[in-house]
Amino acid sequence: MSYDLTLRIWRGDEDGGEFQDYTVEVDEGEVVLDAVHHVQAQHAGDLAVRWNCKAGKCGSCSAEINGRPRLMCLARLSTFPQDEPITITPMRGFPVMKDLVTDVSYNYEKARQVPAFSPKAEQPQAPFVMQQVDVERSQEFRKCIECFLCQDTCHVIRDHEENKAEFAGPRFFLRYAELSMHPNDGLDRRKLVQEERGLGLCNITKCCTEVCPEGIHITDNAIIPMKERVADVKYDPLTWLGSKIRRRTPADS
Amino acid sequence: MTDATPSTNTAEGQKFSYDVVVLGAGGSGLRAAIAAHESGAKTAIVCKSLLGKAHTVMAEGGLAAAMGNVWKEDNWKVHFRDTMRGGKLLNHWRMAQLHAQEAPDRVYELEQWGALFDRTKDGLISQRDFGGHRYARLAHVGDRTGLEMIRTLQQRVVELGIDVFMETTITSLLKDGDRISGAFGYRRETGGFVTFEAPAVVLATGGIGKSWKVTSNSWEYTGDGHALALRAGATLVNMEFVQFHPTGMVWPPSVRGILVTEGVRGDGGVLKNSEGKRFMFDYIPEFFKAETADTIEEADGWYEDKTNNRRPPELLPRDEVARAINAEIKAGRGTPHGGIYLDIASRRSPEYIRKRLPSMYHQFKELAEVDITAEPMEIGPTCHYVMGGVEVDPDSAASLVPGLYAAGEVAGGMHGANRLGGNSLGDLLVFGKRAGDYAAAYASSLSNRPTITDSDLAEARNEALRPFADAGAAAENPYAMQAELQQIMNDTVALIRTASEMETALTSIEALKERLPNVRAGGDRHYNPGWHLALDLRNMLTVSEAVACAALERKESRGGHTRDDYPATDPEWGKVNIIVSLNERGSVALKHQPLPEMPAELAELLEAK
Repeated sequence: MSYDLTLRIWRGDEDGGEFQDYTVEVDEGEVVLDAVHHVQAQHAGDLAVRWNCKAGKCGSCSAEINGRPRLMCLARLSTFPQDEPITITPMRGFPVMKDLVTDVSYNYEKARQVPAFSPKAEQPQAPFVMQQVDVERSQEFRKCIECFLCQDTCHVIRDHEENKAEFAGPRFFLRYAELSMHPNDGLDRRKLVQEERGLGLCNITKCCTEVCPEGIHITDNAIIPMKERVADVKYDPLTWLGSKIRRRTPADS
Repeated sequence: MTDATPSTNTAEGQKFSYDVVVLGAGGSGLRAAIAAHESGAKTAIVCKSLLGKAHTVMAEGGLAAAMGNVWKEDNWKVHFRDTMRGGKLLNHWRMAQLHAQEAPDRVYELEQWGALFDRTKDGLISQRDFGGHRYARLAHVGDRTGLEMIRTLQQRVVELGIDVFMETTITSLLKDGDRISGAFGYRRETGGFVTFEAPAVVLATGGIGKSWKVTSNSWEYTGDGHALALRAGATLVNMEFVQFHPTGMVWPPSVRGILVTEGVRGDGGVLKNSEGKRFMFDYIPEFFKAETADTIEEADGWYEDKTNNRRPPELLPRDEVARAINAEIKAGRGTPHGGIYLDIASRRSPEYIRKRLPSMYHQFKELAEVDITAEPMEIGPTCHYVMGGVEVDPDSAASLVPGLYAAGEVAGGMHGANRLGGNSLGDLLVFGKRAGDYAAAYASSLSNRPTITDSDLAEARNEALRPFADAGAAAENPYAMQAELQQIMNDTVALIRTASEMETALTSIEALKERLPNVRAGGDRHYNPGWHLALDLRNMLTVSEAVACAALERKESRGGHTRDDYPATDPEWGKVNIIVSLNERGSVALKHQPLPEMPAELAELLEAK
């Protein structure tokens, strides 16, 4: 069942680099990350790569495989032709540290800017009473494993470093949506996410949703509803109408 | 993720000063750091991976806490009893007591910080069934509870602005006389050295499973904290007890060992052999007979009616189930790939399975092309957890070395001879908080802070740089040596043990220790996994030796320690803990220590029906 597979891996650092080919014997059922580990063990002990769980739960081994942002631990070799090299490059959306490892500190900076969960005044102290149907929307977003593939693929920042300062990215729109839909969160972050976190820059091309290994409907369930909620605060026809129609007072008649 | 400015920054490395330094960013490390910070200590977290990637993220089924949301009969006393019985009464009673008493508050705290657990019909935190727990007790989020927990704690750490040194590895603990004075290590990105001056260090480094070939553990689980503690003069307890989780994936080979949550059985899944027989009824031990169903009807009735039915044998504690699976496979009734069938497809609807076990559904579909709503899974035992760890004071989590604390998997005592599923996440929170509180109090109580000398640092630096020295033809590949060790431990110090095999293991480990100084990392210091592994190997060998020695010493079978040559449980051994320390030659030394005496009112709880 085993066969020889060639991996074409980008090797280098912030000063530049090049592709190197490595041929390793691979086995039935293996994934790209296994093949990379064979390269490490047999040919290049210093090959830099991040990984932890090897089961699609931690989001560490993000890279671009034949140009497509993916988790290496979920990329089964059986889905690639045996006689063609598999090309692996680091995520393009972030600066390279070394080989397949990138500097993802952008994401941790954006995380620090999110105002934390803040319970409503009516129910300030856990244990909270919340219904399953009400927690489910946010639970979908909390499935996020922070692989940052959505950030990597988002065209607003992928080739536009200049947008990063004012753009939180899909992973954090997900976070803002999660807090906004948390049944017991009392903080309104809508103006913040629109005016300072760049929600408006997203033009819902759904690239983030396509690469999400958790299958989270980032665009449909998080970003679009957030845009609607933001629109409510910016321009809500009912509020506008309400402000125009005063109750009659004796002076009016 | 830190803006911290080093107090010195030279070619030889950076230096930072803190009151409390926490090693590890899993559940216990994050909880400890939050506690230390909230106590007013200047606190840093140092972790090997990125924040949010620690092993806690892989915990699946849930977090045991006697909140009584589903079964109002539940309370800390029942939880205490279940924990002690699951641990075959070798647990430190005080740890089991504190854990059972405090776990509910630790869960509510997570909710206070934004965690979204699954709910009951009344809108409370839902609780699920697990092995060894009398009542449905595990707070959970589908089967990704660990992710919810780590994300919640991570977000809390970020909110509080605690400094986190990501991708930083500690290679030495530093001492001033008897006391901890700090920690030394290196930052992966640059390969540069870093020194933390700190009077209090909390070990929250997790477990040791990477020394076995088939394991559910990630590359990080190299026993760093266990080995650092030993080298610093602390002791380990219960190291012979290693938990082999009954249900790891067995096929395809590349995923062998990856965890399949006990929640599958908690939610109705059963174990079957190749003849289609639900075999667990044949393996009910005397110790659990009174509380285990002996017919299929009673077992199936239990999920809905716990008053009139006893627990299904599939939900015996993990050690029992793992041994039974092993015996069935050995008897030739295994699956084509050498496992056993775990079947929930024929017992629950596809909707129910996808709802309750979304990660398992995803994992089998992606990695094994198996649809668990339509066909059974193939599973087998996998090295999962070490019950043994740093010997600590139960209340304060303090080790025998002043200033050194330990919490979570790296600490020993809480789980005795076998850990119940769901008790790990509670352990992380309860003792993480305690370690952080007490470490902060210790640091603030000091009138003179311990200091670090240049000679301490020179020694630590030389040790860390050895993998780059010229070794000529004697140079060894760290990856090859790791594979060798994993094979040895897998073959000889696994689920079923005998003296001759463990003696072979010790001889082999000794030979590897002699070769260790020749292990070399190719390349330079810049983000070099080979260098990292070369340094990890020292810890892995120390810990493997500790496990093998303690396992050879305990001449009985109990919990996670099963001896082919001593199959019975021996009441005399039930009174003794084996304590591990390092002698001056760096080899493992053992000592017998009587179990701490349990107060009569707690002992009575163990007999309660």
